[in-house]
Amino acid sequence: MEFITQPWAWYVAGPVIALIMFLLFYFGERFGMSSNLETFCSIGGAGKFVDYFKIDWKQNKWNLIFVAGSVVGGFIASYWLSPSDAVMLNPQTVQDLADIGIANAGQTYLPDEIFSIDTMLSLKGFFILLIAGIMVGFGARWAGGCTSGHAIVGLSNLELPSLISVIGFFVGGLVMTWLILPLIF
Amino acid sequence: MKYIKFFIIGILFGIVMSKAEIISWYRIYEMFKFQSFHMYGIIGSAVMLGMISMFFFRKKLVKTFEGNEIHVKPKKLGMYRNLLGGILFGLGWALAGACPGPMFVLVGKGVVSILVVIFGATLGAFLYGLSKDKIPH
Repeated sequence: MEFITQPWAWYVAGPVIALIMFLLFYFGERFGMSSNLETFCSIGGAGKFVDYFKIDWKQNKWNLIFVAGSVVGGFIASYWLSPSDAVMLNPQTVQDLADIGIANAGQTYLPDEIFSIDTMLSLKGFFILLIAGIMVGFGARWAGGCTSGHAIVGLSNLELPSLISVIGFFVGGLVMTWLILPLIF
Repeated sequence: MKYIKFFIIGILFGIVMSKAEIISWYRIYEMFKFQSFHMYGIIGSAVMLGMISMFFFRKKLVKTFEGNEIHVKPKKLGMYRNLLGGILFGLGWALAGACPGPMFVLVGKGVVSILVVIFGATLGAFLYGLSKDKIPH
């Protein structure tokens, strides 16, 4: 059991993700998580305001079921397959995070400075979570995909739009990590 | 019943995302600081194997379970769309430490605050739909 309960190495996770992509194609669909956000909008009645959301969302039902499965998978992995919540980080990463105001990096799965209930209930903490989400949702739909659709499927298929998008993901991620995060906490 | 397979593949997705710590904010931070090979190894090996899958699809050596050919429709190309949308996504990804897949897996982990991020992401998709005719693609 130990090989399951310890954190999985990259050379296990990468092939499993490739297998998931393969299976979705085999079953006639395409791996892409951010399109679910548009489906939520359509189900919520956004089609009344914008024609863009007037789609027959039932064709995306398989993807909502996939999302439901991923929630259950997260539950199973966290409660039954993971004895420890600690994340083994590079000591340099821990030091860098301490320097920008995020203490005890890696002792818990997520930083309390962003994800604790207290943080969420503060005005600043709430807006950080909300704005991060808005940027992810708006950016993913503008670019036409996220990490799954562009970085995994698109790059595998040698698509130029995906290469440009992934370069964009990295430009944005580097600017946030190196320039903006140090100013926030 | 035809949907149960997607539920099972989703469970596998949730488990691998959790167990490989891809849903940990720290792993995303570490990736953008170039302080670990972990995320690069995951994405790199998934893409390498993905290319092999695509080869089999293109050569029609693998078809869907119903026997149809697998055509991977190319994404829309647009310098503004891909680059600016990508940059905005990257800013959010590095701040939330989660992209649209991991967000849902974190719900299963019991992280209440991620619901604010998911609400924001849905709102972001709605705002994109609202403004898509006014922004460059």
